[in-house]
Amino acid sequence: MATLRDEIYPIRSSDDIVKVRQITREWALMQTFSLVDQTKIVTAASELARNTLEHGHGGEVRIQALQEGSRRGLRLTFVDQGPGIPDLAKALQDGFTTGNGMGLGLSGSKRLVNDFDIHSETGKGTTVMIARWK
Amino acid sequence: MERIPILKMGRFLLVTVQVDMHDRLAMTLQDDLTGRIVKDRAHGVLIDISSLEIVDSFIGRMIGNIASMARVLDAETVVVGMRPAVAITLVELGLSLPGVRTALNVDRGVELLKGCIEERAQGNGHVAG
Ligand SMILES: Nc1ncnc2c1ncn2[C@@H]1O[C@H](COP(=O)(O)OP(=O)(O)OP(=O)(O)O)[C@@H](O)[C@H]1O
Ligand SMILES: [Mg+2]
Repeated sequence: MATLRDEIYPIRSSDDIVKVRQITREWALMQTFSLVDQTKIVTAASELARNTLEHGHGGEVRIQALQEGSRRGLRLTFVDQGPGIPDLAKALQDGFTTGNGMGLGLSGSKRLVNDFDIHSETGKGTTVMIARWK
Repeated sequence: MERIPILKMGRFLLVTVQVDMHDRLAMTLQDDLTGRIVKDRAHGVLIDISSLEIVDSFIGRMIGNIASMARVLDAETVVVGMRPAVAITLVELGLSLPGVRTALNVDRGVELLKGCIEERAQGNGHVAG
């Protein structure tokens, strides 16, 4: 698998969430994603960036443009050193929230992408990796 | 502070949500709108999201909150101009907006609101005003 581009952006404020959406959109265009595919990956990125900020107390996102054979994709990895998620299975259920959200960020973004991977350790932090292929 | 303008259109209020709102701006809009519904005695709210490239759970929740607050204040809410790609993505995200009507554009939205209000007035035995 070839990495065409690889960058890291901070997630420290609600303006950074806007920035992550814009970058993801640009890169999805660069990878010639269809409009619907662009919309899906940008929406998932928005959800996960907000989780990083609100639940993870800030962190960063690594964004990678990938190519595997003739397949082109986008991978985003959100990393924080926040409180972690004690019960992942629960957190991944539709409607589960410990805040006042709708509890759709994790479960919903999982449905919007092709690859979804989450690691979390209580007291250490959370890493969520998503990828979408065109 | 930056704000989203709220336009008065007869008995209705029109909000055109600009591209890529950050979260604070969305919260301010929610507060501003509730105030304006009361002040302008509005019977309906049109939220034009045609320039929104995505709707995530945060924006979805904001729209849902506006609709329920409007309802308490006796006003109907219609979301207009949702892009097809956004609609497809919303379904997959799992976000349904209960109590929120949608229309293709502002004109259709206005028609829908007028219809709602008439229906309600008839149901209540009042004359539509
Ligand atoms: N990065 C994170 N760090 C710590 N906890 C997290 C993190 N991401 C998610 N969680 C936990 O998982 C729960 C579910 O997350 P999810 O994004 O699905 O819903 P939400 O953020 O509460 O609401 P919504 O995203 O619908 O506005 C959160 O309420 C939170 O408890
Ligand atoms: Mg969330």
